[in-house]
Amino acid sequence: MSRTRPRFSRAAVLEGARRSLPIQVAVAPFGLVCGVSAQAQGLSLAEATLMSGLVYAGSAQLLVLSHWSSPAPVLAAALATFVVNLRMALMGPVLGPWLDRLRGWRLWASLFVMADQNWAMSVTQMQSGRWDAGFLFGSGALMWVFWVASTAAGHLLGATMRPPPGHPLFFTALAVFVAILVSMWRDKRDVVPWVVAASASVLLARLLPGTSWYILLGALSGSAAGVWRDRRRGPA
Amino acid sequence: MTLDPWVLAAIAVMAAATLTTRAGGYLLFRAFSPPPAVRAMLGYIPGTLFVSYVAPALAAGGLQQWVGALATVAVMVATRNLALAILGGTAAAAVVWAAG
Repeated sequence: MSRTRPRFSRAAVLEGARRSLPIQVAVAPFGLVCGVSAQAQGLSLAEATLMSGLVYAGSAQLLVLSHWSSPAPVLAAALATFVVNLRMALMGPVLGPWLDRLRGWRLWASLFVMADQNWAMSVTQMQSGRWDAGFLFGSGALMWVFWVASTAAGHLLGATMRPPPGHPLFFTALAVFVAILVSMWRDKRDVVPWVVAASASVLLARLLPGTSWYILLGALSGSAAGVWRDRRRGPA
Repeated sequence: MTLDPWVLAAIAVMAAATLTTRAGGYLLFRAFSPPPAVRAMLGYIPGTLFVSYVAPALAAGGLQQWVGALATVAVMVATRNLALAILGGTAAAAVVWAAG
């Protein structure tokens, strides 16, 4: 049977692009902010666009840009990016059942465009029994386009358009994550891991301000708590 | 349209670091099949990862974030529609902002 299931169909690529449109619109303000920060730190339009196109990791880029200096802080940028993005090392394996069936450019392109939001949508698709990894690539490729374009737009608008901190435009990023979180809820098995993850991440965000360890450690401790609970209860 | 060599170097190492995490975790998992307990954790990663983004943001946030988040949850639960949930939550946050 598995041989006949599509691995990476054009239909799934297009469906991924279409169904991810709401998150694309919500990613744009984040890209604008990134472009504005790059412009404020003295990066040229070409540099800002290149950074978004090659790095394609919003929270890492914003963190590095907020600690920018001249000449560019190469080592610090590499370290900060690595730590902020360590969560992605957890995300890839979750999509193993899809990615294991891909080879060559399809595998690498799918991994390259994997970001939090389209990964989450793909996990939901996979959990509902879909087998076509084209969804991950289609949603991610369109998000990459939106990300690079909105960074460039932010750089061009630069100093002329700077919404004040606390403007509701910035809330859209959180709204995306909250809405995705709702779709992640399965059943009461999730209570313990979610409570542990919430407590650990809030505590670590306070203890280690300015870093992003809380994301990784919150997810790991919550997931470990869930597995520990399951084992104590025995097989369900 | 300038390209500074130090900036280019920073972009290159950032790109390499990101690709290492994007592909590295998956490739390590594929190369060394980890013990069952680690595999079992993967099932909980999606939810707990997003909890770990949202909880600290709300803990540090004010009325705007809380009202916006509650509205997002309400619309998402009621409609299961991502676009409506984002729109509804942001609209609620905008109302608080305008009122404050």
